[in-house]
Amino acid sequence: MTSSGRVIGDVLLQVDNISLSFGGVRALTDVSFDIRQHEIGAIIGPNGAGKSSMLNCINGFYHPQAGTITYKGMARKQMRPHEAAAQGVARTFQNIALFKGMTVLDNIMTGRLLKMRQNFFMQALYWGPAQREEIKHREHVERIIDFLEIQAIRKMPAGRLPYGLQKRVELGRALAAEPDLLLLDEPMAGMNVEEKEDMCRFILDVNDEFGTTIVLIEHDMGVVMDISDRVVVLDYGRKIADGKPDDVRSDQRVIDAYLGVSH
Amino acid sequence: MLYREAGQYKSTYRGDQAIFPIAQDRFGLFVLLAVAFVAVPLVANEYWLRSILVPFLVYSLAALGLNILTGYAGQVSLGSAGFMAVGAFAAYNLAIRLDLPFYVYLPLAGLITAAVGIVFGLPSLRIKGFYLVVTTLAAHFFIEWIFTKVPWFTNYTPSGVISAPTMVLAGIVLDSPMERYLVTLVIVALLTLAAKNMVRSAIGRAWMAVRDMDVAAEIIGIPMLKTKLLAFAISSFYLGIAGALWAFVYLGAVDAQAFDLARAFQILFMIIIGGLGSILGSFLGAGFIVLLPIAITNLAALFGGAIHANTLANLEHVVFGSLIVIFLIVEPYGLARLWQIGKEKLRLWPFPH
Repeated sequence: MTSSGRVIGDVLLQVDNISLSFGGVRALTDVSFDIRQHEIGAIIGPNGAGKSSMLNCINGFYHPQAGTITYKGMARKQMRPHEAAAQGVARTFQNIALFKGMTVLDNIMTGRLLKMRQNFFMQALYWGPAQREEIKHREHVERIIDFLEIQAIRKMPAGRLPYGLQKRVELGRALAAEPDLLLLDEPMAGMNVEEKEDMCRFILDVNDEFGTTIVLIEHDMGVVMDISDRVVVLDYGRKIADGKPDDVRSDQRVIDAYLGVSH
Repeated sequence: MLYREAGQYKSTYRGDQAIFPIAQDRFGLFVLLAVAFVAVPLVANEYWLRSILVPFLVYSLAALGLNILTGYAGQVSLGSAGFMAVGAFAAYNLAIRLDLPFYVYLPLAGLITAAVGIVFGLPSLRIKGFYLVVTTLAAHFFIEWIFTKVPWFTNYTPSGVISAPTMVLAGIVLDSPMERYLVTLVIVALLTLAAKNMVRSAIGRAWMAVRDMDVAAEIIGIPMLKTKLLAFAISSFYLGIAGALWAFVYLGAVDAQAFDLARAFQILFMIIIGGLGSILGSFLGAGFIVLLPIAITNLAALFGGAIHANTLANLEHVVFGSLIVIFLIVEPYGLARLWQIGKEKLRLWPFPH
């Protein structure tokens, strides 16, 4: 499904011949693909195919041994996660990584940290510019809270929320950074149908309204085929298919990877 | 009934982000400050000021400092007494060598302690949990050793004891218990306000993010180096000021043994009992630890001296230890959490339906 009026732009992220191994285990072998601006790209594959490792490489958490990642036209190899964040890459995690002791509001406010300029001394005084800055960012965060329809829980500690809402708050925290590239690691894992539909709607709206480029990992094939523009299929750390959802669905190698082949 | 927030609408984010958004809390704080600044100096006798209120305030400040590092930023430290010693000895040397007034040497001593804290905070970038505790323990022993063995720090006094320089403010020598109490109170109140402001701002959120999940914190763009070292620096600043006040306002003369490991554990117990990650908890914990021994002594006095002094001292330890154990089991989030639960209940009282 492609939303109306959405223009797929130039290549935003180019992954070339990435190889990553942990000791003797090869997590990724020679993987190449690209993601264009405003696109929703999906990475799928059986368990252990290297999907999460791929995301970890993109946002600088892992450093691949070979290959280059070109983001916004700049090639990079070694990068710390917070540098990637500064360049507009945000992500959510497969196992929710919220700050459990903090309220929903504070959790989403942490997503704005990179945009806050006041030093700790001004914050200690909570005077003038520091206070204005807090309020300005609070306004932005409230817009995200409205967007995700979580107004009622904004002052609740994140750790006490049900699973589906935690996933939603985590998406909110990633959105607060106003990312250019949003990486979603299984945003719908463990959700019921209704929650999945909500999450799909949020993802499509984010893509449509904010023009955010999205790369997601998902196991629910119905969702993947519905919302993504392009699908990359990994198996045992190798790319086995790349293309439009319909082409990928009928690809014999993808079917083999998922269903197995008789020997 | 009394503590009901119905009808207190917030129409601006500024109003919603105030320190005390609820009117009753603001009133309560106002009463508390009025009592501390006006009523106590009028009513309290010398014993209360000198032996209970001043140590309570200084302990609160130290607990606040450790709470910033351990409760908010999640870096468990046993170095608190060591950093207090740095503050005390730095203040002493600044006072006698450079002849500075106390309102200059006190913040300077805090800054020196902050620098020392940054140095000993460096390992926290690589290690965490129990291993970090061990490195802060090493910091403690190193600091204690250097102040005992290097006579320069004590200005070559043969006993190793440093004694308080006089505190003069606008030509008045501050030496009566009441003046000392008020000086301590002003310092503690200002630093508490600063701490509260920090923990509700971006830096506080960065600390709590590092505490709750450091990997996620790094991925959303929080620089580990800066955040952790800032926590060490600010925590040490508070501890340094507390150490200087402990030495010169409360005790008058100290040696390095006044800041032994038992003191570090005492401060750690305060924040555990009071509440990790709570400003109020630092005060409640300090109050608990200062007042409990006195309460036990007074209770025993009701028996008219029937209990031997040695038994009493042991009894104190027994009661103290068991209370800590009970606390950890019943309310692991400390007195501050109990206070919060009480407030929740009070919102509905007396009509709980």
